[in-house]
Amino acid sequence: MTLMKRLKENYAWNRSRREDARRTRIPFKKELRQNYQLYLMLMPFLLLFLLFIILPIVSAVGLSFTYYNIYEEPMFNGFKNYVSLFANDDVFFIALKNTLVFAVITGPVSYVLCFFIAWLINEMSPRVRVLMTCIFYAPTLASSVFFIWQFIFSGDSYGFMNSILMKLDLIREPIQWLADARYSLAVLMVVQIWMSLGTSFLAFIAGFKAVDPSLYEAADIDGVRNRYQELAYITLPIMKPQLVFSAVMQISASFSVSTISMQLCGFPSTKYSAHTIVLHIMDYGNIKYEMGYACAIAVVLFAIMLLVKFLVDRVLALLGSE
Amino acid sequence: MFGIKKASTRNRHANRTRFGTFMIFLFLGLLGAFMILPLLYGILNAFKPLEEIYIYPPRFWVRNPTMENFSMLFKLASGLQVPFSRYAFNNIFVSVVTTVGHVVISSMAAFPLAKYRLRIGWLFKVVVSCLMFSSAVLWIPQYVIMSRLGMIDTYWVYILPALPAPIGVFLMKQFMEQIPFVLVESATIDGASQWRTFWSIVMPQVKPAWLTLALFAFQGVWNQSLQGLVFSEELKMLGDAISQIMAGGFVRMGASMAGSVFMIIPPFLLFLGTQNRVIETMAHSGIKG
Repeated sequence: MTLMKRLKENYAWNRSRREDARRTRIPFKKELRQNYQLYLMLMPFLLLFLLFIILPIVSAVGLSFTYYNIYEEPMFNGFKNYVSLFANDDVFFIALKNTLVFAVITGPVSYVLCFFIAWLINEMSPRVRVLMTCIFYAPTLASSVFFIWQFIFSGDSYGFMNSILMKLDLIREPIQWLADARYSLAVLMVVQIWMSLGTSFLAFIAGFKAVDPSLYEAADIDGVRNRYQELAYITLPIMKPQLVFSAVMQISASFSVSTISMQLCGFPSTKYSAHTIVLHIMDYGNIKYEMGYACAIAVVLFAIMLLVKFLVDRVLALLGSE
Repeated sequence: MFGIKKASTRNRHANRTRFGTFMIFLFLGLLGAFMILPLLYGILNAFKPLEEIYIYPPRFWVRNPTMENFSMLFKLASGLQVPFSRYAFNNIFVSVVTTVGHVVISSMAAFPLAKYRLRIGWLFKVVVSCLMFSSAVLWIPQYVIMSRLGMIDTYWVYILPALPAPIGVFLMKQFMEQIPFVLVESATIDGASQWRTFWSIVMPQVKPAWLTLALFAFQGVWNQSLQGLVFSEELKMLGDAISQIMAGGFVRMGASMAGSVFMIIPPFLLFLGTQNRVIETMAHSGIKG
């Protein structure tokens, strides 16, 4: 069936269902009167959510078509921000490239790593599991001390990495890990992976724990032979919701890399080698006060994030649907 | 050929080779070392005298442990423009208010979404699709809004944007969903109002979920420092104070390490205390497509 046809059918079905619901549902006013307490309970969240999440997204789109420097009222200038962003801003493309590198490498790597570790830990005794959970979650808890990596990758021979490599005679001169444009991005990726295992790891651990063991027994009788088959035919399809959740978390983390780059590699970093989109936004927003331009960058970032989310959804949709 | 296989856990393990198990432990050990050693190194550095921090070649373990960095930290801290206790107070105050606020607001919103079919039910879909958009990404428009509301340079900039974090409502709603509706129904029949049902019947049942939300919120706010939004020294957080001390140069490295050790302790204790509940909650964290 073609996609168009499927979409049309889906739409028609949804509409008929919605009409059914409309016919049987009580009028809104009555619902409000009956459930005013529920609506009151929703209110604080709703207001703050609108003010600090929805309004920022909407206003970013609006402001991206203006020149706005906070002190004067925004002035409409059409697509000028976007044009100069894509036509004249070379640094933006460096930032875009770096952010995509983060999204394509650290995101999937830490995603797969989390899943793999959680899978391995799942079969161990509860005490080992707790210990390992603490170890893998510790860097997320202590996210403010990532500057310890400054010591490890320090550019002189006092740096841990350099001294080890020099002792092993792999290098002669200390490497400027954080200042050299060739290495800084790779170092940042290591630190980012170190910091970002946390939340998805917890989700995966919990997901594995929740899989009903009798399913494995059933699979065993049905001829599943090894743990890889168990993983492919049982665990992965069951854990799909967790996989989606962690994917969202990883997308969110890898697209918002900023502080670690600023602290470890300086701002701006050498030749912008560790520049990311969020840093570019901060550069224009917080330093140059060109809010309209900063918002245009943010809108591009939103668009990319949504696109990546869409692609990941498509990939995960393949799981368990043969 | 058609022998009956005993389906037991032991049978499952029979499929595993000893070599494979060894490799797994090796792999986990290496990764675990990658995760924990940098942290340990930082903590050990806090106990090293200065000449040992800058020794060549650098050493991992501490030779002559000393508390000198900690006393140095307090000496330096008392020399700051604003007393150190003020930064600590700010951190604790902001973290506690945000954590409590986030948990209460999120649970209040999650209850109607999880247990009733209201017209506003679509809100949850919006919340889920906003899960991706962290504060870092929304930074500039949030800044514009807060400056319009005159919140720059107040405690509000730490607290308010953190309160409606979508992950709170998301996790809470997922967790509340598995509480039997019969509980809510019977409370209603007994004459409890909807608020009462929520507060005295449902909330005690979802303790794991709100402990989890508390952990996530606390850990986020505790480590936060918002340059550009807060200018008054007396409103800044511990992280800012430590980076100020660190900016003092080489000699102060030990002291800032000591400060960081203080920073790690509270979130870590909170995690140790809630760890089991967190995993229980995360079992419901899935997003169903």
